[in-house]
Amino acid sequence: MGLTRGWRSTLVGAGAATLALAAIVAALGPALTVIPIGVLRLVVGGLLLVFGLQWLRKAILRASGWRAVRDEDAVFARERAEAANAPHVERAGLDWYAFTISFKGVLLEGLEVAFIVLTFGSTQGSIPLAALGAGAAVVLVVLAGIVVREPLGRVPENTLAFAVGVMLTTFGIFWGAEGAGVDWPGGDAALLGVLAFVLVISLAFVTALRRRKLAFA
Amino acid sequence: MKRFGKFWWDFIVGDDWRVAVGIVIAFGLTALLATTSIPAWWVLPLAVASVLWLSLRRVAR
Repeated sequence: MGLTRGWRSTLVGAGAATLALAAIVAALGPALTVIPIGVLRLVVGGLLLVFGLQWLRKAILRASGWRAVRDEDAVFARERAEAANAPHVERAGLDWYAFTISFKGVLLEGLEVAFIVLTFGSTQGSIPLAALGAGAAVVLVVLAGIVVREPLGRVPENTLAFAVGVMLTTFGIFWGAEGAGVDWPGGDAALLGVLAFVLVISLAFVTALRRRKLAFA
Repeated sequence: MKRFGKFWWDFIVGDDWRVAVGIVIAFGLTALLATTSIPAWWVLPLAVASVLWLSLRRVAR
């Protein structure tokens, strides 16, 4: 948006969304700590599970050839052309298109991240620690982007989506079951077992669907 | 209001509402079994594998 419509309105939109996110987090954070831990784990587990399965489902379909793999360069070129061709409407001294698109983008993506950080923090009893972890991740990602940009750029987007789907589904199963009253055999170590299970079935589904695709071809 | 509702539906439920319904049913079964002496930890992993496979099969046919 900054490249096509200019940086001022884009950065104002991103800044306004960051403030809105901070207000949402400040309101939701303390509210989450008063909910009983069992109920919280059930709700959080359920939400992580539905988010995780959405990611995993798409990644498996793409990896097995049943859904087209996103061409990031083509998407960038298309969206850049759309942004350049959008009419210029000025409100409050800002390019309203650039402001609203960057505001919505930062708010919606940020909301998902904020939700994950808040829920991880509250189920483990420390929101500040989860926030610290999220902050450290931002620093690490920026540094990794600078230092190992070339090899990182070669990691397919779908592989990252697959990994995120596996992780969210794993935590969703683990906490959701605990919230529903389950005692995992082996305690917290069972998380590794759940992770292995989710990974194995996901890879098996990719293989099975690839074979199915070849049989149809 | 309709758009607001659609946003939350897409955000939480996503492409296949059956997956969300399957998860809710699996949570109910797990909670029910957890009140008995039968171990309940296996229900959710099995339900997730089944729901995911059925959802994938609906696309891949």
